[in-house]
Amino acid sequence: MQKIIVCLKRVVDYNVRIRVKPDGSGVVTEGLKMSINPFDEIALEEALRIREQGKAQEVVVVSIGPDDAQQQLRTGLAMGADRAILVQTTAELEPLAAAQVLHRVVEREKPELVLLGKQAIDDDCNQTGQMLAALWGRPQATFASRLELSESSATVTREVDAGLEVLQVDLPAVVTTDLRLNEPRYVKLPDIMKAKKKPIETLAIESLGVDIAPRLRVTRYEAPASRSRGMMVKNVDELVAALRDRGFVA
Amino acid sequence: MSRLLIIAEHDGRTLNQSTARCVACATAIAPAALDVVVLGSDTGAVAAQAAELAGVTAVLAVTNAASGSALAAILAPQVAALAADYDYVLAPSTTFGKDLLPRVAGLLGVPQLSDVMHVIGPRTFQRPIYAGNAIVTVEVPPGTKVVATVRGASFKPVSGGNTAPVRAVDVAAPLPTHTRFVELRSGKSDRPDLQTARLVVSGGRGVGSAENFSLLYKFAERLGAGVGASRAAVDAGFVPNDMQVGQTGKIIAPELYMAFGISGAIQHLTGIKDAGTIVAVNKDGEAPIFEIADIGLVGDLFEIIPEIEKRLR
Ligand SMILES: Cc1cc2nc3c(=O)[nH]c(=O)nc-3n(C[C@H](O)[C@H](O)[C@H](O)COP(=O)(O)OP(=O)(O)OC[C@H]3O[C@@H](n4cnc5c(N)ncnc54)[C@H](O)[C@@H]3O)c2cc1C
Ligand SMILES: Nc1ncnc2c1ncn2[C@@H]1O[C@H](COP(=O)(O)O)[C@@H](O)[C@H]1O
Repeated sequence: MQKIIVCLKRVVDYNVRIRVKPDGSGVVTEGLKMSINPFDEIALEEALRIREQGKAQEVVVVSIGPDDAQQQLRTGLAMGADRAILVQTTAELEPLAAAQVLHRVVEREKPELVLLGKQAIDDDCNQTGQMLAALWGRPQATFASRLELSESSATVTREVDAGLEVLQVDLPAVVTTDLRLNEPRYVKLPDIMKAKKKPIETLAIESLGVDIAPRLRVTRYEAPASRSRGMMVKNVDELVAALRDRGFVA
Repeated sequence: MSRLLIIAEHDGRTLNQSTARCVACATAIAPAALDVVVLGSDTGAVAAQAAELAGVTAVLAVTNAASGSALAAILAPQVAALAADYDYVLAPSTTFGKDLLPRVAGLLGVPQLSDVMHVIGPRTFQRPIYAGNAIVTVEVPPGTKVVATVRGASFKPVSGGNTAPVRAVDVAAPLPTHTRFVELRSGKSDRPDLQTARLVVSGGRGVGSAENFSLLYKFAERLGAGVGASRAAVDAGFVPNDMQVGQTGKIIAPELYMAFGISGAIQHLTGIKDAGTIVAVNKDGEAPIFEIADIGLVGDLFEIIPEIEKRLR
């Protein structure tokens, strides 16, 4: 195939513990470590492996976000993507708007495969890939843990509640990644240097003609009801007694 | 006079319990009509089960030979066609609903709420973000269809005993042929289902190997418990993916959750926040799991599990 598009979202790194602002107006994100959404990194790794096997010519990474999202695109280029597109906005897009923007990019680029993460670990929505597939009128294979390509179709193993489901989808198609699809490579220093020469195209989001105004109103952020530390027992006798007290064992 | 539609989850024979949990969420919204749609190649048995759920107004049975294996690409156009008559469309936040509903929302051009955990008002809901580290209250403006997945662990399934009418409905939506089901590989077991089990025994990297997991299976059998695992245990190949508990696995709410050799990473804890009692056994007294455990015991799981078993009557 000619081209794979991989969507990279800039998110707060998964190791950072998130705190809600005291006034309930949002979560504190200032000054936190930002990274490529882990599922998207897996998506990119998969695309690179497909290209390295000679089954694709070009891997294009796309992010919708602020100027700073160039950092994540640079990381993607250092991992091995050929070029990058930043759709520039400081607004936070709902998944529907993100899917509409990505659809515009897809119409322009005409890839045979679009890879996204199954969910962004900030909003945890798990929607964008499916919405893009709907708008594009193409197949979707979500939660992929294995991806095999032939000329005109992809065979995808999906992690579902009941086990593993295998689908065959005609190309072009949208595939969203689960954690066990692969282990992303580390970026090496020379690759970072080389990536500086690769192009990042910037598009103003207004130029795409998508209404990105939020359709839902988030009125309040709060910390979750926290579980508190219970009791430590000293030995198995005490453990079994505690379980028996609560009626779990006879 | 609001009308609400729930997409039933089933395997062709049995209605998944996630549907009864959706009905509980829907009941809190209190619509004038609360309908359940069963899509499949053979809907009779499942539609009859859905008709028993308390609070259901009517069951729509949409039978189509193409709908045999619950492919989102096939089901979404049918749901989108039906959705024209409804103000709300709900599906469970299982892999079935997560796959299907955003495709429906995409076809309808409406936003979706994922993982509703609490109904505050007919158009106001709470949902988790950042792996459950923050909870947001979201309002759907009037005039916008409410399309939402429902987090099962947050709602108790409604009871049975209802006799709602079942109507066969034809949906004239063109269905694509670009997506084909090949197979489902599921590790059939006689153990209670992880998502509905009252008691769950769970193992992590500390269990060490697939062979060692038999210790947990045996123990679970003694207790009548389901068995879960951390991502590390799944990644290491000790157990299949369908046993993973957490942000990217199953979110569960058993009455008792016993974690053996699990450190308690935030992504894992997200999956058990609603559990009744959490028991943690870990040889590292500093493991974060102890910060949220109701009962903690520091020690070696390989010694402790047999010792517990000895004391069971
Ligand atoms: C995007 C993302 C999503 C994720 N989603 C999930 C998810 O859904 N679910 C999930 O679980 N994780 C998830 N993770 C991974 C998570 O961050 C942790 O890496 C994982 O939960 C660790 O599993 P563990 O506790 O089994 O392993 P470890 O953290 O390695 O802990 C093993 C524990 O076993 C103890 N131990 C070892 N031997 C013994 C013994 N003999 N007796 C008693 N205790 C012993 C050790 O003291 C240690 O505490 C996700 C990560 C990312 C980045
Ligand atoms: N702003 C964005 N820029 C690039 N990709 C995105 C963006 N938002 C969502 N995506 C993609 O969509 C996936 C699912 O996101 P979500 O539906 O928000 O959970 C992510 O893993 C990304 O691959």
